Amino acid sequence: MSNPVELSVDLAGVHLKNPVVVASGTFGFGKEYGAFYDLSELGGICCKGLTPARREGNPPPRIAETPMGILNSVGLQNPGVDAFIAQELPELKRHDLAIIANISGNTPEDYGVMCEKLSAAGVDMIEVNISCPNVKAGGLAYGTRPELAAEVTAIAKKHASVPVMVKLSPNVTDITEIARAVEGAGADALSLINTLRGMRIDVHTRRPILKMNTGGLSGPAVLPVAVRMVWEVAGAVKIPILGMGGVSRGADAAQLMLAGAAAVAVGTACFDDPFAPLRVRDELAALAAGQGLDRVSELTGGVRPW
Amino acid sequence: MPIEQICTIVSAEKLNEFAWSFTLEAGDLVKREGLRAGQFLHVKCGAEHLLRRPISVCLAQADEPVDLVRIVFEVRGEGTAWLSRRKAGDRLSVLAPLGNGFECGEKDRLLLVGGGIGVPPLLGQAAYTWGRSVAVLGFRCAERAMLVEDFREKCTQVVLCSDDGSLGHHGFVDEQVRRILAKDQTVASVLACGPKPMLRAVAAAAAEYGVRCQVSLEERMACGIGACLGCAIRMADGTMKHVCKDGPVFEAEEVDWNV
Repeated sequence: MSNPVELSVDLAGVHLKNPVVVASGTFGFGKEYGAFYDLSELGGICCKGLTPARREGNPPPRIAETPMGILNSVGLQNPGVDAFIAQELPELKRHDLAIIANISGNTPEDYGVMCEKLSAAGVDMIEVNISCPNVKAGGLAYGTRPELAAEVTAIAKKHASVPVMVKLSPNVTDITEIARAVEGAGADALSLINTLRGMRIDVHTRRPILKMNTGGLSGPAVLPVAVRMVWEVAGAVKIPILGMGGVSRGADAAQLMLAGAAAVAVGTACFDDPFAPLRVRDELAALAAGQGLDRVSELTGGVRPW
Repeated sequence: MPIEQICTIVSAEKLNEFAWSFTLEAGDLVKREGLRAGQFLHVKCGAEHLLRRPISVCLAQADEPVDLVRIVFEVRGEGTAWLSRRKAGDRLSVLAPLGNGFECGEKDRLLLVGGGIGVPPLLGQAAYTWGRSVAVLGFRCAERAMLVEDFREKCTQVVLCSDDGSLGHHGFVDEQVRRILAKDQTVASVLACGPKPMLRAVAAAAAEYGVRCQVSLEERMACGIGACLGCAIRMADGTMKHVCKDGPVFEAEEVDWNV
């Protein structure tokens, strides 16, 4: 009988006891899924995206199902960073998992203020969202222009005392250009991909399903795009990558790791199966064991391209 | 607390061209988890549909060896079409109990107002207040009617309406709600479920007579448990609430009916 595969990984100095975290916006602040299992089973949680003040988000409908995917236009509904620190973080900290706060701002200064507050409050890492497709100001604008992405990253780094991970948008021509700019500005890690912009129309009413007309596509449909982009970015930067986009099985996670991800996030799969992150973890461990690996981290960057 | 429960379909009955009634063996969902009518099940509809479908609980019965839950649903799209093809003996993965359900006392006299597929979630309240409540049930036409005899058995009076006059009164349910509230001062609460324009009209009628009105709402939903914030409903105070966690039942006066 061989020893079990070592599941822990290091993400820019943040210890994850297993490489499966849950993706921002799909898991709230954890308590809803905490009804199904102990959150300490997870490697980490990327919390629901925070803004300086409370936001009510976009008008409904906000959700549309698509072939092997989901469009959403939630629009960063959240209680605001102060309410998160006061009301959500203490409960989350009672569990043994990496707490990664996700932040979005309208101005570079917004990012700085939130980084200071969250670092002081004791989160393990900050994920800087420069890629939300569902808000007008900030959000995606920062994520599609290298110089703005670098500016936001530099401000976040200046004000954060914990590692800073920048979440990249796939809605760009060359993701490596943004990745390099963000690395150059001091980012400790990258997470990718955020959702792809999409649209679905009711052919009878001729209305888009989403009230915002367009939204962000997630789910298994985007997995190949995520694998390709992680592979491209891994070849362009030296900082570690949290890979995400359509992961619902262990083999999906393994693909992202082989492409270059140090860890993976599970998101949309939770809606169908609340236990998806644990299943992905167990399937990934079995896959690594089946390949005779000592550590799951040996998968990272192991793709053999033609 | 919600759990995942694998339920076996005990019986599957077609109620009309679009509506099906399933009775499910539901483990201890009623006895142990407290599932009740007006809450909903989040039902997995095959591997090809990423999202579960929220289906209201029509009746929830604690039983031995397993609890029995009745759901009634209409084929609206691909997911519910998949569900309608399930047979007795098939198994369904459901997340439950979800949502809050109606608030009422056993001794209350209720005015139950249902429109179309909004009718079934009220049957449990009719049973809970057996022999006390009045029901106003509206359908598009006679062929779309369902559960009328079930309501007649449990209510003191059942008033039927149809959009085309083929069943009962020709017209909308809110006319009948006004007529009943005008002469009956003993109604503790109006409970309504149906299309949003109907609910808005019923809420207005109840408000005219100063009677509490609870409405069961629906919205496109993803997680079903309050994590993804997909199924938002705008409240009168400008905040957003969520059908899955804060609802599906809301106080009518709290809802923004103008959006």
